Amino acid sequence: MLELRDVTKMVAGEYHIHPTSLTLERGSLNVLLGPTLSGKTSLMRLMAGLDRPSSGSVVFDGKDVTGLPVQSRNVAMVYQQFINYPALTVYENIASPMRIAGKDQQTIDKAVRKAADLLKLTPYLDRTPLNLSGGQQQRTALARAIVKNASLVLLDEPLANLDYKLREELREELPKIFAESGAIFVYATTEPSEALLLGGNTATLCEGRITQFGQTISVYRNPADLITAKTFGDPPLNTLPVVKAGTIFRAGAAEIAVPSHLAHIADGPLTIAFQPHHLKRSMEIPAAQALTVRTLISEIAGSESFVHVAFGDARWVMLAHGIHDIDPDQNITLYLDTSRLMAFGPDGRSLAATA
Amino acid sequence: MSNRSEGSRLSFLIPTIYIIFLLLPIYWLVNMSFKENTEILGTFSLIPERPTLRNYMVIFTDPSWYSGYINSMIYVVLNTVISVAVALPAAYAFSRYRFLGDKHLFFWLLTNRMAPPAVFALPFFQLYSAFGLIDTHIAVALAHCLFNVPLAVWILEGFMSGVPKEIDETAYIDGYSFPRFFVKIFMPLIASGIGVAAFFCFMFSWVELLIARTLTTTEAKPISAIMTRTVSASGLDWGVLAAAGVLTIIPGALVIYFVRNYIAKGFALGRV
Repeated sequence: MLELRDVTKMVAGEYHIHPTSLTLERGSLNVLLGPTLSGKTSLMRLMAGLDRPSSGSVVFDGKDVTGLPVQSRNVAMVYQQFINYPALTVYENIASPMRIAGKDQQTIDKAVRKAADLLKLTPYLDRTPLNLSGGQQQRTALARAIVKNASLVLLDEPLANLDYKLREELREELPKIFAESGAIFVYATTEPSEALLLGGNTATLCEGRITQFGQTISVYRNPADLITAKTFGDPPLNTLPVVKAGTIFRAGAAEIAVPSHLAHIADGPLTIAFQPHHLKRSMEIPAAQALTVRTLISEIAGSESFVHVAFGDARWVMLAHGIHDIDPDQNITLYLDTSRLMAFGPDGRSLAATA
Repeated sequence: MSNRSEGSRLSFLIPTIYIIFLLLPIYWLVNMSFKENTEILGTFSLIPERPTLRNYMVIFTDPSWYSGYINSMIYVVLNTVISVAVALPAAYAFSRYRFLGDKHLFFWLLTNRMAPPAVFALPFFQLYSAFGLIDTHIAVALAHCLFNVPLAVWILEGFMSGVPKEIDETAYIDGYSFPRFFVKIFMPLIASGIGVAAFFCFMFSWVELLIARTLTTTEAKPISAIMTRTVSASGLDWGVLAAAGVLTIIPGALVIYFVRNYIAKGFALGRV
């Protein structure tokens, strides 16, 4: 069990990590989700012991490890850049943590071949890392993390620099590979879809703060505040400032009927938000609210289309299946699934969310 | 068609002229080293008329000659080893850590190279006399360190900064202690940098004459100092002098040959 107790990291008088407390259970898969510069890497470096927190403590299995050098901790880390030892062969690269630990030759050989087999590196064991493709280099780094059998495995956007196919493949395999070891598995990513695919727990980060930590799906469905909802929005979350008056949200001249799950909110100004795929071209569900919007541009991405529209001053994106090639600057009617509406108060806190 | 062939003939001509221009003095030196003194002084010949190895025999048999080479070799190698060994940790510190005044210190390292070595001849002589180090190899080696250590730090820092810091961290995470990481992981990565730094230390120390001559009298006298004192009762021995010159070029040429690829890399890094 890894506990961060009120840790902070200050660099040159600025908070890189605001006071943060976080508890990660043994054998759990934890995703750190946030845009670049949100503090994912800083947080991981604190967990690994590469950096010392400016205040607070790091506790591992009930033992305070705050000032402990990284060599004496049982951690493994894989960076976004492909980091290997260029002077050593792939075999020696993978074997290196075990050589340092003083394992015997037979154990090392067995573990290296098993890891290489798992990550499809067997044909390249005699090469040096710089003679491999990017994907193979990153798999070498991952293999090294596997053989170490660490109790804390930190992966800092490990798949960000890989090509699409390989990324999908590895994303599926990684949690399985590390799940066997019972290690605490921490995975940093900027992509909400990656967090959803990995499952487990997610901590959303924004500007050095953890905005919410919980089961990935429940964080996605019930964000505690607007920032979390925005962090998890891909394509970006659609928002609209409105004023609630009885059973109606007013936004300028437009009116949206208040759905039943938001009926209890007190009247007044607030922000409503919804995911792009809850905006539809046709009325498929009874709770849909018709809205007249002006089209700006539509992007077609294979089997999906992103239609950018303007509703008053707000800019929205509609994610629709199939090809929707709509001419710009037209007024069209879209249907909003109001049963999925989220509402946030003026302070950004969630007022109620979809069930 | 004719234009093109004319152009290619010209483009062939210019490098040829350049190379002849560069190699002529060296050729002349080699040429002279195989001649007898009478031929050198008497006639003009492109190749020796009566080739002789006498000049080389003199150098290899007379201790006052060959000891010069040995002395030079000893202090040059000493100097190169000391300079690189001292510069490695310093360059690592400059490339990896930020500390108060690091940028200024890094710049001021080079100030010793801003003055001609002659400036330091007098203080060195005074200092080493006080410590009884005059006419020892280590005296010359240490004196040359004043110029070579900053240069080596400067070169090595460039190569080290080209190695991502994450490699250091990955090694620490894997459990490497700092010395083990430095020797096993880090040094192979900057091997070419070490080669280039060693080359520049070697070359400076090998060709530096003034300090080496000031600090030595007999026991550790370098070859270049011996070469300037060959006037004997029978006049100047041109042939032996030329042979000594040829033998002086050889070590430098050998070292350049082995590190030539690394030097290109060093130039690409903008540190040489």
